[in-house]
Amino acid sequence: MSEKIKVDKVMDLKGLPCPMPVVKVSKGIKEIEVGQVIEAQTTDPGALTDFPAWARTSGNEILKTDQDEKVITFFIKRKA
Amino acid sequence: MKNNDLETQFAELKTKVETLTKEGAENKLSMIMFSGDLDKVLAALIIASGAVAMGMDVVMFFTFWGTPILRDKGKKVGGKDLMGTMFGAMLPKGAGNLKLSKMNMGGMGTAMMKSLMKKKNVASVEEMLAVAGELGVRIYVCEMSMDLMGFTREEMIEYPNMNFCGVATFLEEAKNSKIQLFI
Repeated sequence: MSEKIKVDKVMDLKGLPCPMPVVKVSKGIKEIEVGQVIEAQTTDPGALTDFPAWARTSGNEILKTDQDEKVITFFIKRKA
Repeated sequence: MKNNDLETQFAELKTKVETLTKEGAENKLSMIMFSGDLDKVLAALIIASGAVAMGMDVVMFFTFWGTPILRDKGKKVGGKDLMGTMFGAMLPKGAGNLKLSKMNMGGMGTAMMKSLMKKKNVASVEEMLAVAGELGVRIYVCEMSMDLMGFTREEMIEYPNMNFCGVATFLEEAKNSKIQLFI
């Protein structure tokens, strides 16, 4: 993806294991408006399957997932 | 005449749909916290907080060995009878005092697990209980278990949404829940 995603809120969830990344991001998303985007950075490998599951259930959208050696970054758009 | 038939059928269907909607499962998780083992309690609290994150309403019913988890280690109550005093002394005093269900090894295993959890940044049972409270997880405590073990309401922790109840309260909640778990 070449276009840059406009981020409205950055959440540093690095070092937090399950269930905190999902718990925190579900709180964080309520603090932005519908249509806005959260950038969530996590080091929990389980998040790779957990975040999409959470997004599907809560009705939000993961626009993009970046992964380097340690950090997984999700760009999540608030839909609901 | 045909119109009349349709009207009756429509009315019947309407009542049926109304009953179904009323009796249908809500987006809710009901858990029975029967165990007082550290590992099981931690797993249950992780599921509970995860469920809130997924947008569910969560209710936990603490019964039997689960009741002492909610004792406040800082509170002291007097006036208990012999059995009450004995149960009070032998059962864990609060969430920070639980043991592993396996590999406890006289407390050594539990101590090792706790230090490992700290090292790996995994939240303790006490911390997870506080998180649950913040997230709005509702707690019910079985009145009969408390009475049996001689616990009083005065020795329980301060929790934002805690009530005391019997089996009917649990069943009413569980009946309308999409998920029910027994821990």
